Amino acid sequence: MPRILEVTDLSTHFTTPEGEVRAVDRVSFHVDEGQTLGLVGESGCGKSVLALSLLRLVPPPGRIVSGRIVYKGGDLMALPERGIRRVRGREIALIFQEPSTALNPVFTVGYQIAEGLIVHKMMKKKEALREAARLMEVVRIPDPGRRVRDYPHQMSGGMRQRVMIAMALACRPSLLVADEPTTALDVTIQAEILDLLRNLKRDFRLSLILISHNLGVIAETADRIAVMYAGRIVEEAGANDLFARPKHPYTAGLIRSIPRLGDAGPEGGDRKKRLAAIEGTVPDLLRLPPGCAFQPRCPDVMRECREHVPGLRPLGDSSDTVACFKHHDPEGRPR
Amino acid sequence: MSATGAGRPLLEVTDLKKYFPIRRGVFSRISGWVRAVDGVSLRIAPGETLALVGESGSGKTTTGRCILRLLEPTSGRVVFDGTDLLSLPARAMRRMRRQIQVVFQDPYGSLNPRMRVGTIVREPFDIHRIGANRRERDEMVAALLRRVGLDPGMRDRYPHEFSGGQRQRIGVARALALRPRLIVADEPVSSLDVSVQAQVINLFIDLQEEFRIAYLFIAHDLAVVERIADRVAVMYLGQIVEVAARGEIFRNPLHPYTRALLQAIPIPDPARARERQVLRGDPPSPAQPPPGCRFHTRCPSAVEACPRIEPPLLEVTPGHWVACHLHPGPEVGR
Repeated sequence: MPRILEVTDLSTHFTTPEGEVRAVDRVSFHVDEGQTLGLVGESGCGKSVLALSLLRLVPPPGRIVSGRIVYKGGDLMALPERGIRRVRGREIALIFQEPSTALNPVFTVGYQIAEGLIVHKMMKKKEALREAARLMEVVRIPDPGRRVRDYPHQMSGGMRQRVMIAMALACRPSLLVADEPTTALDVTIQAEILDLLRNLKRDFRLSLILISHNLGVIAETADRIAVMYAGRIVEEAGANDLFARPKHPYTAGLIRSIPRLGDAGPEGGDRKKRLAAIEGTVPDLLRLPPGCAFQPRCPDVMRECREHVPGLRPLGDSSDTVACFKHHDPEGRPR
Repeated sequence: MSATGAGRPLLEVTDLKKYFPIRRGVFSRISGWVRAVDGVSLRIAPGETLALVGESGSGKTTTGRCILRLLEPTSGRVVFDGTDLLSLPARAMRRMRRQIQVVFQDPYGSLNPRMRVGTIVREPFDIHRIGANRRERDEMVAALLRRVGLDPGMRDRYPHEFSGGQRQRIGVARALALRPRLIVADEPVSSLDVSVQAQVINLFIDLQEEFRIAYLFIAHDLAVVERIADRVAVMYLGQIVEVAARGEIFRNPLHPYTRALLQAIPIPDPARARERQVLRGDPPSPAQPPPGCRFHTRCPSAVEACPRIEPPLLEVTPGHWVACHLHPGPEVGR
């Protein structure tokens, strides 16, 4: 399958008074055309900064310090500012977690959807508003003819997120990057939005990067999954494989630690069933432990884990990768 | 049914209502009421966990706050261990609070940022004059911190020096200090990272076993609830639509809303494809709840009676209560 996006050794750092924060640290992954890559990680692991980095939207004091972002064969890092602006929205569109802060409160939602069409596609305002109403229908907003004139505050969180998706779709992008698109929503609304994203992906032949801390959301949406921890990707594999046979101890711990329905043990037993938690806490990016960032919490820690940082390396001849000394020695040879 | 049939309940809430006024215009005239909690009844036995689940706007948090009297209910009865809390004068209520404690959702907003952690946890002892002297109280604080998995050596630090999970442990230690018989926990793990959430859920389970505390566990995540609850009550727009023992509600949900809620949970297993009835539309506003059954506007199986008649909460099998026209009464012998 042709690759729509290939990211190699991407690093984004933030200079702070306390020191250099490596929010994204030598990250490599790819997205195949028409596929969904799920990017999963806990708060502060760098997944949102990674999303912004893909469109070169990292706010100062952050900056991309190295790496290649090859989109449809061309390196986005090599483009001048004007060139990357043409990519944003038209080729790659972003959806954020908080639809209430990403929308402008003083413009109607119809105008905000139409704006991209007026700017990028040189449409007349009237035509663009008609298209906006059509897009609102596509994202299943009821009564779009009337609701194009609504302001964001007149809409519920779920409806606002639909508006965000309509905005993102307006210029017919090929790749959609959705950063926690359902985190602020109730579960029944979340189910509806995920269903919508799946259908849009099919109808618009989109490729999708879905970023979430929720393994359930990722499992239901992604074809491939990349797991991030402390700024780095620690494992990438096909969705079924990753859940069935996680290679990195962090991935395995994460999968074990989520409560799942029907797994709570017999009722009326003397003891409630505890969860298999990962001990310790997510490290502060300013005070990373030596070696592997996960080693202080890792049940399988070895001596080399405290001395060397494991690189992300392929497993056998598959395109799956893992960064762990259980699978490669410090020289990168398979174990 | 487990735990609630026999004996006096620890907490009994009857027909609890909380209406908030909607004010409009220059003179702030009351133009309507948000019926946040509209006739909630529930019981909790000693040592039992009742989970109160529902989505935003369902009234679950308001219910918890009314029980704690952090909000004054509009009407209803809240009886704790035989005492009607709503008729208690302030001083007696303060004494009662030793037995009913609270853990909030946001571990960042619920701890005073200017107080050291040791002081935060010691405050309940100071207020209620427990322990002979300061030294004894400090020893009690150290024991508490150890019990919730924190190093007592960190007692001189401030809340901002702790992670979210550690702060929630501090909140639990403070709630635990006076050996309460009931803890109202309002979404205590929903702001925590997945790997840390599991640790805090385990702490709640262990503490209940050790101290036989009853929990009113308010949550929206049903997978978490299944771990910790003995019984589950599902709320929709200010009312309880279904109550049953944990296994019963997950195995045999009767209310269409409970079913939709269960189906909506994303399953962390890509190998398990699933049938899902996606609910259309948003929940209506609690200021203007629909007539009849409040869920009928989104219900996939609504019948003719639903928009007209409000279904009462009925016991259809022992311990399993549901408010739905599709389940109009005892199913025993039908």
